[in-house]
Amino acid sequence: MNKSKPLLSSTLGKKLIMSLTGLFLCTFLIVHLIGNLQLFYNDQGKAFNDYAHFMTHFTPIKVVSYLLYTSIVIHAVYALVITIHNKKARPIGYAVYRGSANSAWNSRNMGLLGTVLLVFIVTHMSNFWWKYHNDAVPYIEYRTNLATHETTATELIAGEYTGYVKYVDNDFEILKAKDLYKQVQFAFQNWILVAFYVIAMGALSFHLIHGFKSAFQTLGWDHKKYAPIIRFIGIWLFGVVIPIGFAAMPLYFYFSN
Amino acid sequence: MSGNMNLTLKVWRQKNNKTRGKFVTYNANGISPDMSFLEMLDVVNEDLVRKGEDPIHFDHDCREGICGMCSLHINGRPHGPNQLTTTCQLHMRSFHDGQTIVIEPWRAAAFPVIKDLAVDRTAFDRIQQAGGYVNVNTGGVPDANSIPIPKAVSDEAFESATCIGCGACVAACKNSSAMLFVSAKVSQYALLPQGQTERYSRAQAMVNQMDAEGFGSCTNTGACEAECPVGIKLTNIARLNREYFTAKLFKEEEVH
Repeated sequence: MNKSKPLLSSTLGKKLIMSLTGLFLCTFLIVHLIGNLQLFYNDQGKAFNDYAHFMTHFTPIKVVSYLLYTSIVIHAVYALVITIHNKKARPIGYAVYRGSANSAWNSRNMGLLGTVLLVFIVTHMSNFWWKYHNDAVPYIEYRTNLATHETTATELIAGEYTGYVKYVDNDFEILKAKDLYKQVQFAFQNWILVAFYVIAMGALSFHLIHGFKSAFQTLGWDHKKYAPIIRFIGIWLFGVVIPIGFAAMPLYFYFSN
Repeated sequence: MSGNMNLTLKVWRQKNNKTRGKFVTYNANGISPDMSFLEMLDVVNEDLVRKGEDPIHFDHDCREGICGMCSLHINGRPHGPNQLTTTCQLHMRSFHDGQTIVIEPWRAAAFPVIKDLAVDRTAFDRIQQAGGYVNVNTGGVPDANSIPIPKAVSDEAFESATCIGCGACVAACKNSSAMLFVSAKVSQYALLPQGQTERYSRAQAMVNQMDAEGFGSCTNTGACEAECPVGIKLTNIARLNREYFTAKLFKEEEVH
């Protein structure tokens, strides 16, 4: 039998990379959704802004976040490499091709859906991640009365105050943090952006309904007992709950103002 | 002749692999609904021969649905509109009078057109030669039940071995991937004791040859399973992935 080539040079090895990076990105979505549910708290953004500071300054999370950015890049680059290879495998196409008779539309258009998601990720990160890290996002001060749990918020003028602090002073908890919540409120006044977010979450749903179960098939994890569970999680958690949860955020801010 | 059909055929005609092909329209008149699709083409060809024209070339052999020789991409689907059917077992009653039928060869870089609708599927032979065999001398016919194999396992191996190597999986796949074929061939040995000696080198050698032939990669759309005339299951592909990754990641001594 022939000499074998290195794992990553084979079509199966490349799919393994797609599968592993894809599943890692799926786990991120769960964390991201749960964290961002704090946007729905009626607390002038206190919990969310505190959480945003924690997520960007706690070292283990920073390490994971760089792993995440790398995974996005690898997933996209390998998708491109694999797609180019696949196109070469059929240089002359069919005049009539009834793909709908034998397979689901989303399974045949993962590249298209993925491209929508990549554009979304770039838009999303430049809207929030980039501004949070580079622009002068103004600070806000929260004073919480520890006895009555009443919170008052004071916006601090951009450039006049910088630096995250959280301390207790005379039965008052003082929190000064970057006001990312306000940036979220501001961004989602734009109906074009809101519409794009909702469309992108639709693409996410279709991408993951196929992608999640496909990742397990690529890993070779196919078992009578577990396959229905994987399909269920793929459809209901990643295809329904997560995209709807994310799409609710821009819609909430657009319609509540 | 009552009940017979008149059809319009759009057939891919291509002189050889060096020339460009094109669709040519033919009329197939007085076709009995009881004819097989290949018999319908025979009728059209007889007419072409009478006129002194070059008959349409297409692959066929047993015409019993077991050899895997017949191909044809009919109205956008391999082996036509019916499930679990080879083209020779597809009858004209699956079409209606006056219908236009588009007939194309399998489209894949690894399956170059020989002439018209006949494609060169020796890529499958080379994949099989790379590892789809057992090297040990199995001796004479053993006594019944001398090798204990659970019924469920032998059934599964037999189902995988049902693959007739027609290439419909490649033709149906948007990526022209040969994963269903290769996975069936790997599975039939991986499941049985006789195949264990070369189990992991086989998976690597066959995948290696599959990639060398220029087939695409698997996107798990399931089109191959839906179009397979003998019902080879996607579970075979998961098994091939398992065999291959196990070989690459955990079987150091098996890596060449």
